Formats: sequence, structure tokens, C-alpha cells
Amino acid sequence: MRNEDFPLIFEHSQEGRVGFSLPDLDVPEVDLDIEVPYVRSTDADLPEVSELQIMRHYTALSKRNHGVDSGFYPLGSCTMKYNPKMNEDVARMPGFSHIHPLQAPESVQGALGLMYDLQTSLEAITGMDQVTLQPAAGAHGEWTGLMMIRAYHEANGDYNRTKVIVPDSAHGTNPASATVAGFEAVTVKSNEKGLVDLDDLKRVVDENTAALMLTNPNTLGLFEEEILEMAEIIHEAGGKLYYDGANLNAILGYARPGDMGFDVVHLNLHKTFTGPHGGGGPGSGPVGVKSDLAPYLPKPIVTKVQERYVFDDNRPDSIGRVKPYFGNFGINVRAYTYIRTMGAKGLKQVSEYAVLNANYMMRELEKDFDLPFSQHCKHEFVLSGKRQKKLGVRTLDMAKRLLDFGYHPPTIYFPLNVEEAMMVEPTETEAKETLDEFIEAMRQIHQEAKDNPEIVQEAPHTTIVGRMDETTAARKPVLRYLK
Amino acid sequence: MTFRYLPMTDHDKRSMLNSIGVESTDVLFSDIPEKVRFKGDLNIKPSASEPELMKELAQLAGENINTKDYTSFLGAGVYDHYIPSIVDHVLSRSEFYTAYTPYQPEISQGELQAIFEFQTMISELTGMEVSNSSMYDGGTSLAEAVTLSAGQTRKKKVLVSKAIHPHSLEVIHSYAMGQNIEVVEIEAREGLTNLSMLADELDEETAGVVIQYPNFFGQIEPLEDVQEILKDSKAMFIVSSNPLALGYLTPPGEFGADIVVGDTQVFGIPAQFGGPHCGYFATTKKLMRKVPGRLVGQTQDEEGRRGFVLTLQAREQHIRRDKATSNICSNQALNALGTSVALSALGKNGIKEMAYQNMQKARYAKKKFEDAGFQVLYSNAFFNEFVLQVQGSVTTLNEKLQEKGMIGGLDLERVHSDLGGHMLVAVTEMRTKEEIDRFVKELGDVYA
Repeated sequence: MRNEDFPLIFEHSQEGRVGFSLPDLDVPEVDLDIEVPYVRSTDADLPEVSELQIMRHYTALSKRNHGVDSGFYPLGSCTMKYNPKMNEDVARMPGFSHIHPLQAPESVQGALGLMYDLQTSLEAITGMDQVTLQPAAGAHGEWTGLMMIRAYHEANGDYNRTKVIVPDSAHGTNPASATVAGFEAVTVKSNEKGLVDLDDLKRVVDENTAALMLTNPNTLGLFEEEILEMAEIIHEAGGKLYYDGANLNAILGYARPGDMGFDVVHLNLHKTFTGPHGGGGPGSGPVGVKSDLAPYLPKPIVTKVQERYVFDDNRPDSIGRVKPYFGNFGINVRAYTYIRTMGAKGLKQVSEYAVLNANYMMRELEKDFDLPFSQHCKHEFVLSGKRQKKLGVRTLDMAKRLLDFGYHPPTIYFPLNVEEAMMVEPTETEAKETLDEFIEAMRQIHQEAKDNPEIVQEAPHTTIVGRMDETTAARKPVLRYLK
Repeated sequence: MTFRYLPMTDHDKRSMLNSIGVESTDVLFSDIPEKVRFKGDLNIKPSASEPELMKELAQLAGENINTKDYTSFLGAGVYDHYIPSIVDHVLSRSEFYTAYTPYQPEISQGELQAIFEFQTMISELTGMEVSNSSMYDGGTSLAEAVTLSAGQTRKKKVLVSKAIHPHSLEVIHSYAMGQNIEVVEIEAREGLTNLSMLADELDEETAGVVIQYPNFFGQIEPLEDVQEILKDSKAMFIVSSNPLALGYLTPPGEFGADIVVGDTQVFGIPAQFGGPHCGYFATTKKLMRKVPGRLVGQTQDEEGRRGFVLTLQAREQHIRRDKATSNICSNQALNALGTSVALSALGKNGIKEMAYQNMQKARYAKKKFEDAGFQVLYSNAFFNEFVLQVQGSVTTLNEKLQEKGMIGGLDLERVHSDLGGHMLVAVTEMRTKEEIDRFVKELGDVYA
């Protein structure tokens, strides 16, 4: 460690300091060494620090981190909206936070009731027939949905449906989930409007198609207008249509996947429904299905029998359990609190303003940046840094320059079908002033690219550390602290 | 209607529409075909104000029996442990919980460093060289270990002890189905994995062997003997471990484990009805480039300042897409942070003391039950859980205990149909001698 390095918690450690307080043992001791065959020969080398040292350490670390509460965070595809504080308080109520998953169901009727009500709400929001809350995150939901599709086909004796089609603009989790569920991922191209190319879809669809995975609006933030035609192509070929709910924030109350012909839907409650992103998780990835796929839902499912809530474990066709216990309940409580806060009208306003904010920014920014697809966007849009690249400034440089303005940059270099992509998602919780300030910063960066490219190329200038040597990090990985 | 999370004003709305050049927001949705447009209101409950909703949800929470008000002897994978107050104070720093995956290291050093520290602590506890940044939970982490072993060895059979958590076993079956992996369940005998059956089933087609340590029944599996059985085999040795026990017990890394997984709920994470908890995944340097999920690595910036980044990302879905080693994207970062804070508070001595108290208190409870004429199954070394034989239905007994302010142990019949009349009792450092005495007495009184 150099003097200017920020210390690790281990570097604060001094032998003899404690940060814990346990009562003295109040039962007679027995000699464990006689009974227990495997006793550690050396202690786990955890830090020895006082409580204040811990608090200062983590407070300082938090100051080295940017969250939504710190400033604007237009990270496309991630829906970095405000995380309501009430949700945090509700999730911490002892009746939600300190209940054990294997308590008698009769002793946790409030929790089961909340789960049931959340399932019902998500069914109404998505237009699906039945929802499971078990998957832990979006990718987990994708895999769960694909396993159900597989079980459905196999129950029909359809063992040759081995292919899952994903657009070239799809999230990386889509093809990865397809592989993990035992399928082969096949790519369908986008057309010049940024939408799925129907001719190419017809070309790749065949009797081996198990499903098509789509986000709608897609990762370019564009609504797939020909969704019904696509549904027809897939269904006629005997396949199923899968909805990746990462972008649901665009269409709440305006359109429902269930009405577009989708058979399976996963949701990211940590995106659309304000579960905090937690620095990378935990999320929650409920999955909804149409009735013909309902028998394959993971077990158990919460159901209502004569005004009491029970776990239904008797589901012979279920794909089984995808997670111990019943999902990320704590995140589900937060999402439920949010849905109850907003109601139907509020949720529709969420999408209305998310889309308005995105279109406003897009029209302002296209004055200085290339916009590959010119139609109205939904909740997010993708710019190309092509013009600035010609001036020697890459999208990565502009992203780093945005850090100097106190912003988290947009998602960059995704989707893969746009050169030097910048994917901007403002969300509905941002005020116009914030959008205007960001637009102004982007304009300034564009101007700098023309007049003074070095300032962008060498950014960031104001952060606590500069650009990191990622090559060495990957070539000679150091994944833990050693004294 | 106005909502406190929506700052849009009529004035701003008009000005923005004007600037876009459209008359109303409806025009922005005109690309949604008429046929799929949703008309009317979503059929959900009406919106409620903050005070109304707070009251309603507090009532709903109040319908649940909770382990703050009741004395719990229920464990089976989720435990009532000491959570230092400091944990939630750190987790409430919104710079942590309102951030996402640290893709921009310059403004995410806090999260990245916290995860690097987490990885170090998990490596220390498990005795493994490498730990990732977290998985969803212990069960799915174990299932990912199974699929990794099959992918790495290019073999399609795994041997899984039936003495692991039954939910984890179910999750393994689900994941194995996706990858067409055959799961052979190895029976338990006297509360431990039947190692002669394990040795018989082990063959050249075996990709991995799964053992839980301590196992679902609280018993400490003889990892040394498993290591011996596996010494000439290419099969991977996968151990699922309660990391609190590893504060006292010899870590699986010292028995040649290839992958060690588990759940850190025991460190700073409330039960929350089963989630979110936090899986960990630790392995050897040899398997470092096959690990699922995110890894944080140390490096330096242009000025030579130490810093941290997400690294070896070529394994991951956003780069490798259909060739990725796993599809995991979001993980349990915030809970990993909570675990790091709890482990910093416990420190080198606290974790040992806590594990020790669990073992002592569980032994005291076991002896009290035996003295009161109960039979406790198995005579192996155990951690903080044991199997108690009772007369009649455990579920009925637990109803009576609840009336006395106690949550009894797990009715094992709920997960093992052949274990009717058996209760899995967990005794943590949170239980006092007086509470244990009362628990034994109340159970005795039911029979008297």
C-alpha cells in the first residue's frame, strides 16, 4: 500500500481490537476437542477493528461511490429510477424482515397474503394468467421461463425444438440463458428501422424453434410495431414467445405483453418496480405465463383456499424448484409497496413521463450526436458517437468526461448493432432541470471534441482515481488481499 | 393526480412536448398498434397515501409471527443470529444501495473495494484461493457448482449427498435438467452421507461429488474420508458450507475441495422469509476463469494509485453471450456488503467465539433433552443443529409451542417423508440458557 492509496479494512486491523459484543457463554462448557474431529489450525484472518473504525471505513467507501441519490444515472436498460425510502422502511418491519421461510404457513399469513396480492397485481400489469415470485433476478427468470417452454414442448413429445431465437440487439443474458437451459441460441437480424427483420425471422424459424426471446420496446428503445405478425410467425411454427421485462417501464398501462401474444414474461422488480439496485443486486425476477404453461411453473406457488393462503406443492408437471424458499421476498415487499403507492393511474403516468423524458432528451441531443433511428423512442434511446469518433474522441472518452460533470454515464457499446453506442434512459423520476443540465453537459463535450479533444480523451479529471489498468487486472488477476 | 416520485409539472410537460414537436404524449405511443393497446385502468388496488399505506402494511406485517418477538429454534439453512447494529447503518448509505453494477470504476471504487474485501474474507473462511462477488443464494450457487463441474470435466453425472439441504437438492435437479446432467442421490446413513455408496457410484463418468459440511442435519461430514475416496478420481469435490461453522471447523480447502459454496445469511442478513440472502462461490486458481458471476480485481490507475475493477469479464454473458459460463447478471452485492460489515465487526476473534457458542449451546440443549428422556438421533460430531425424536406430529407440537411464544424446530416430515415425528432443532448464540431450559420443559410438558 502506498501512502496515497485508500486503505483496505484489513489495513486498519490491530491485534486485540474488537467490533462485536456477544454475551458471556451462559451454559456449562464441554470439551469440543474430544468430539469435533476438524478444528481450524489457523484462524480465518479477518480484520480486528473497532466499531467506529468500521463505520468510518464504510462511510468513506460510500463517498467513493455514485448512486441514484448522488446524482443523475441514465444507465440505459437498467432503469435507475428513484428508490423510495418508504419501501426501505416497510421491508425492515420485523414482521417482514424477521420471519423464517419454514415457519408454519399459518403463522405467516400476512407474508403469503402480500405475495398473493403481488402475484395478482403483476398478472394484471402484464396480462398473464399466473405468476411465480421465485426467480431471484432477471436472468434467473429468463432461464426459468425457458425451462418451462422446454417442459411444455417435451410434454407434447416435441424433443427436437432445440433452438431459441434472439435478436442481434438482445441483452447478453438472453443467449446465455438459452444455452444454460439446454438450447442453441440463433440470431435474428434487425432491419434499417432498428426492429426485428421479419424476412430474416421467417428464414430462421423452423420446426426446431422452441421460442423467440424479445424485449419490447427493444434495446434500442423502439417499439416492435410488427409484434403481432412476429407472434403469428412463431406460433404458427409451434414456438413460444418470450418477453424480457427489462424494458417494461416504457409501457405500463399502455400495453401488456400478454395482449401482444407473449406466452412467458419475466419482470425485473429492481428496475420497473423500484427495488434498489444494491450495487449489483439483489434483484427479483418474477415470471408470468399464459395458462397453457402454468402447469410447469416452479413449485411451490402461493394460492388462496377459503380465505387462507397456502403453498401449493402438489404440481406434478412443475419444472421443480429454481431457488430455495420463495424468492427474494424482501425485494418483493418493496415492489409491492411501490405498486400500492402508484395504483393504476400512477403506473401509467410513470410510463408516460419516462417516455416523454426520453424523447425530449433524444430530440435535444440529436442536434449534436448521430441518432441511428429517428422514430419516437420509448423509455430510452441509443445515440451513436460516430461523428465524435471522426474527431478522435470515442464514446468511452465521452463517458469518462461525463464523470467530471458528476453524472453516471449512459450504457456504452450496447446494443452491439450500433457503432459507438450510448444508451440513455432518464426515467420518469428526473425533473426537467436535471435533463437540461445533462443535455448541456453533452453539448459541451461535443464542443470540446471539436475544439479541445485532449480534455475528453484524457478524462476523467476530477474523480478520486483515474482510468484503471484493466489489461493488467485481467492478465495477472489479484482477487484477494494478501498481507 | 400527483405523485411524490414524479416531478413532472404541466408547465414542463407542455414545454417538452413543444420542443419535441408533438401535441400530446399519446403521439409518442402511436407506434403501439391499436390492436395491442391497453384500454382502461389496470385491475390493481387503488393508490394509497404514505400514512395510509404504512399503516396497512404494518398491520399486514403484524399478522406474521416474527423471530424478534418469538424465541426461535428453527434453522434448517436460515438462522437467527446476532446482527450488529452497524450493518444496517452501513447498508442504509444510499450511495451503496442506489448504485448498480460498478461498470465505471472511477465512481464506483467504494462498491468495488467492498466486494474485493468480501472476496478476501470468503477466501479466508473457506480456505480457497478465489472467491467471486456473490451468487443469488447458497442453493443456486451449489447448482452452478454442479453445472461448472460438468462443463469443465465434460462428464454428465454428479453424485449428490441426500444429506444436503432438500431445497438445494431440488434446485440441483432443476439446473441439471437444463444441462442434461444425471444426478445420482447418495443416501444418508446415521445422519451422514453413506460413503461406501458414494465410493460404489463413483466412476469415470462422474463430473462432481456434492457434500454439505455441516450437513442438513447439523452433522459434520468426514471430509477427509471423501477426499480419500476422490484421490484418484477426476471428479470435482464440491462442498456446500455454512460459513459460520468455518470460523471454527477446518475449512474445506484443506481437504482438497475444488469448489466451496454456501450462503452468508448467517453474517448480517435477516431471514426475510427466505430471501434475499447471499450465495458465495469459492474455488481454486485453476478454475478462476470458469467462475460464474462477477469478480473484482486489484489494479492501478495511470498515476499508480491502487484501485479495483470488474475483471475477467470475458467469462460473462454480456461479453460471451451464448458461450458464457453462466447466465448470472444481477447478484446479491448489497448483501455481500452486509456480510463484509458483519465479518469486520466480528473479526478474527468474534467469529470463533460465535461459532463456539453455537456449538456449546446446541450441546447443552441436546443434553437437556436427553436428560428429560428424549431421544436425539445420531452420535456424530455436529455444529448447531440436531434431530430430536418426538411423539406424534411435530407440526401439532409447534402450534402448541407458538402459544407459549416459541417457534419450534423444523418438522422434518415436511422435507423427508420418512422422518415423521422428528424435529430439526437449531440453537444459535442468540438463545439463552433460560430459553433453552424453557423450550425443553415446554416440550416435556406436552407429553406429561
